[in-house]
Amino acid sequence: MIGLADLATATLVGATPLLFAATGEVITERAGILNLGIEGTMYAGAFTGFLVAANTGSPWLGLGAAVIAGMLAGALMGLLSVTLGVNQHVAGIGITLLLIAASDFANRLLFSGGSLTQIDKFGLLFPDTPVLSQYLLTYLGFLVVVPAAAWMLWRSGFGLRVRAVGENPEATDAAGVPVARTRYAALILGAALMAVGGAFITLAMVGTFTLNIIGGRGWVAIALVIFGRWRVVPAMLGALLFAGVDALQLQLAITEAFAAVPRELLIATPYLVVIVALALSGRNVAYPGAYLKPYRRT
Amino acid sequence: MRLVLRGHEPRWLAPVLVLLAAVITFVLTAGPIRAAGASPVAAYQRYLLTPLTSFRSFSEVLLASTPLLFTGLAVALAFRTGFFNIGAEGQFLAGAVAATWVGIGVPDLPGPVAIPLVIAAGALAGALWVAIPAVLRVRYGIDEVVTTLLLNPVALLVVQGLLNGPWRNPVSQFPESAEIGSGFIFPTVIPGTRVHLGFVLAIGLAVVVWLVVGRTGTGLRMRAVGLAPTAARFNGVPVERTLLGTALASGAIAGIGGVSQVAGLQHQLTGEISPGFGYTGIVVATLAALTPIGVILVSLLLATIQVGAESASRVLQLPPQMGQVVTATFLLVTVGILVLRRYRIRIRRPSRTSEVPS
Repeated sequence: MIGLADLATATLVGATPLLFAATGEVITERAGILNLGIEGTMYAGAFTGFLVAANTGSPWLGLGAAVIAGMLAGALMGLLSVTLGVNQHVAGIGITLLLIAASDFANRLLFSGGSLTQIDKFGLLFPDTPVLSQYLLTYLGFLVVVPAAAWMLWRSGFGLRVRAVGENPEATDAAGVPVARTRYAALILGAALMAVGGAFITLAMVGTFTLNIIGGRGWVAIALVIFGRWRVVPAMLGALLFAGVDALQLQLAITEAFAAVPRELLIATPYLVVIVALALSGRNVAYPGAYLKPYRRT
Repeated sequence: MRLVLRGHEPRWLAPVLVLLAAVITFVLTAGPIRAAGASPVAAYQRYLLTPLTSFRSFSEVLLASTPLLFTGLAVALAFRTGFFNIGAEGQFLAGAVAATWVGIGVPDLPGPVAIPLVIAAGALAGALWVAIPAVLRVRYGIDEVVTTLLLNPVALLVVQGLLNGPWRNPVSQFPESAEIGSGFIFPTVIPGTRVHLGFVLAIGLAVVVWLVVGRTGTGLRMRAVGLAPTAARFNGVPVERTLLGTALASGAIAGIGGVSQVAGLQHQLTGEISPGFGYTGIVVATLAALTPIGVILVSLLLATIQVGAESASRVLQLPPQMGQVVTATFLLVTVGILVLRRYRIRIRRPSRTSEVPS
């Protein structure tokens, strides 16, 4: 029998890293930049958060360090894609490869690789209440970050400028908005959110750092952004759907009726669901006007 | 200071900039290498020179370059036509699965039948793995970056599912397949080394891609679609068919890469058959400026660094991941600095009176 409360709890936990990462990527892509550095940025956030929390004993300091690492990763993407105008696929994949290799290098050096150092992780709020027993970051993600990001993108002057530089940088520049500076701001803010998503895994879910800890969640977040048509709330619903299917497969795996179904098939289901959803709803998707296009005054 | 478009590019510029990128990479990575307690100069000697100094380690470089040749070529071909195939990793795994399926399914086939069969099976599997994203892109305009990317973890799950389920090794009970039939095993091409048929196959494919892209009408259409799809369409190029064909060929090449790794080196399927060869293929293709000759040179360079990183790990106690850090840094610095090819730096004078019309 599947426990609905357990399912809901696991869904909210699993959706949290995706939620932060996808929100960050929405902001970035709205500014016209596809940041494939997301997987590496989450990885660096997870490792930096773990590193600092392990040395200071405070998950909050770890989270702060992850934010700084994320901002640096975003600034690097800005240097490559905004200032230099490098192909965004290549810059993003390069950043992901660099940050994963650098994190693994530092992990090997500082924790002899096979680190099973446990850190004091974040505690649960309302530990005895079903479903509501969640980490503060989960509450912050759903109740603060998503509404704030949606408000910022659609109601604030900064959000208007972000969408404008992603839609038509020439006109925005002519209107006196600093294109490069706005794109840098969106990239740095977005990457900080991605790093928080990664740090949530080490600082709350797992309590330690293991190799391949992000395991493709960054790529899922990229899919969620398109799935949500570059809007924060639909991307959040996508994160819930993905995490829900993932939680369901874990529950199904221990029920008798599904014991014969390979676990891997169930884990693959969420990826396939996103691809099918894209195939069904992704026709004639309206990408941001300046998606993938660098801008330089001529 | 600002960047101004350059009218024409001097021939010496690109090589000089790449050398400059190498120097910058050295400076940037010297700090972490020193932090690990090794001398940067000694480390780079290991990365770039030591592997080339003995016949044995040079043959290991050729071996290590083999999977990168396949994935680099696959990515270069696809990018050239404007199909952003980020899924070479998944197509490589699909090829490896198909090779194992054939190799343990009919293990008694003799070599002359078995080897063409296993290569065809891997090519087909790789092409099928990219077919869904390719059709979605061509028919419905769905961005192939995301769909090819998402099929990578799915391919890895297929591998793990097979190894934990039907293909679990009956003897050892480890999650690794049984050995493929002896007829399927690629022969070594240099006696006394582990360099196998896959290397020759990859070089052969690079030559074929070079000929097709550079010397045929098909290649001209592919480049036209990659450079200016709208203009190509107005000139009667079947854009969709060209894209689809290139995508399938790209997937097939990556798939043969998976075959080569199973039949040439591991002789069985394991969960670690690809430590990210598909993603490294993007690095290879980019540094190669999407040319087949470049793919060969860059694959050899990255393979040298990889073999060197293993030796540096043994001798200098420098974690082997430093090799990947060096590779990724070199990629980012190079693509960044090569932008300067198209621009010249103009230092703006503090007084601008001469530019202002009176």
